[in-house]
Amino acid sequence: MSIDSSSSSNEPVLDYPLPLPSALEPPAEWAKLRAGCPIAHVRLPSGDSAVLLTRYQDVRQVLADPRFTRQLGKEGAARISEEPGGVFESQEAASLTEGHERWRRLLAKSFTAKRVSAMQPRIEAMADQLIDEMVQQGAPADLMAALAFPLPVWVICELLGIPSIDRDKLAHWSNAMLNLSQFTRQEMEAAQAEFSAYMSMHIAAKRAAPGEDLLSELVAAVDEGHPLTELELMMIGQGILVAGHETTSNTIAKMMGMLLGDRERWELLVADPSLVRTTVEEALRFDANAGFGLPRFITEELEVAGQTLPPGTTVICSMAAANRDEQAFERADTMDLRRSPNAHLTFGAGPYSCVGQALARTELQTVLNALLRRLPTLALAVPASDLARREGLLIGGLERVPVRW
Amino acid sequence: MRVIVDLEKCCGAGQCCLLAPRVFDQQDDGMVILLDPSPPAELHAAVREAACVCPGAAIAVEG
Repeated sequence: MSIDSSSSSNEPVLDYPLPLPSALEPPAEWAKLRAGCPIAHVRLPSGDSAVLLTRYQDVRQVLADPRFTRQLGKEGAARISEEPGGVFESQEAASLTEGHERWRRLLAKSFTAKRVSAMQPRIEAMADQLIDEMVQQGAPADLMAALAFPLPVWVICELLGIPSIDRDKLAHWSNAMLNLSQFTRQEMEAAQAEFSAYMSMHIAAKRAAPGEDLLSELVAAVDEGHPLTELELMMIGQGILVAGHETTSNTIAKMMGMLLGDRERWELLVADPSLVRTTVEEALRFDANAGFGLPRFITEELEVAGQTLPPGTTVICSMAAANRDEQAFERADTMDLRRSPNAHLTFGAGPYSCVGQALARTELQTVLNALLRRLPTLALAVPASDLARREGLLIGGLERVPVRW
Repeated sequence: MRVIVDLEKCCGAGQCCLLAPRVFDQQDDGMVILLDPSPPAELHAAVREAACVCPGAAIAVEG
């Protein structure tokens, strides 16, 4: 059966992204699509067409298959939005895809479980410092601004060997480069230029006097006889910031929203902090406000869910919808802090799964442990239904997480 | 229990090392090292979980 014959006129074309009923609840369409329409036709904000996958098995299959390419800049691929140069479509994204094997291998060295575990005490100290400052200011506080937003930038600065006095600058640039809704295009371009100038200077400094950080290692790395170029180093620095800041910040905020939004969940954790590891995995799985998903583009005929997709199809993988698939998870619509094993797809699957996932897990576990230890009486200062959604570039988030203790 | 790892599929996520550090380790580049192909019974649950959550489906467990 081909996709054309299945897309009869009685199947409506959905506008994508699908609207969420609230910041933490999934769209009603997910369950219907998984049950009856595993390959759904959608219209993207650009007006271009794509197909949406929502079943666990299909999303996992496509993400792990390199024939479903990441070349969204190719002729014929759907554009995500009308704004050119999105994060999935840029020349840089294309060149990074081509050099993927090379720079992923280099990066993987810095993100092994061992290296990340060695960073854990520093991450804990940073979390404690931010919590100290929040407590000093007094309740109520915004957990997003006080902790979730700065912590991942601080960790990235540590990783790149950026001095702590420059952390706030990096945080501002990262925010401005990513948040089209809060900043003008001019502010965004200024942030980009300032960040590039800063990184260029920083790379030169690391060449002159290497430290014990990732950037110094990459400067010294000679891969297949070729040292990395200045542009490649810059792209890796920016890539880490883009991939590691917004995503982790928003995930911390949403995790805390989910845990504090239902008092029983938080009290269970206070009583038994050994559940932190499985809780973090479950928060990653249960996140309904996960954003766009991952787009893929095919240049040959390929089969998914028993249907043949023609060349030139853009495929959107909704990992968040797949993570709620009853065929893959028992009581998929229940947040179970003890769920184990939990093979969610939030970090993707296969050779392109998130290179920074061990670091993200460690940050999430550390921040949750620190809050349980320091502020066991932590509570939302607003009803969970009042938490406002933030439109992110890579993943969705919460504008604010007002808390008291 | 017999554990088999497939280096072709390994993507270096490191989940297995975090879950069962006595059975799995990582090389410098992140690729898995199998420390114990026949782990003792008390580690079986952790090894099965590691196999299940491996993003590359690179771990197989027999028995």
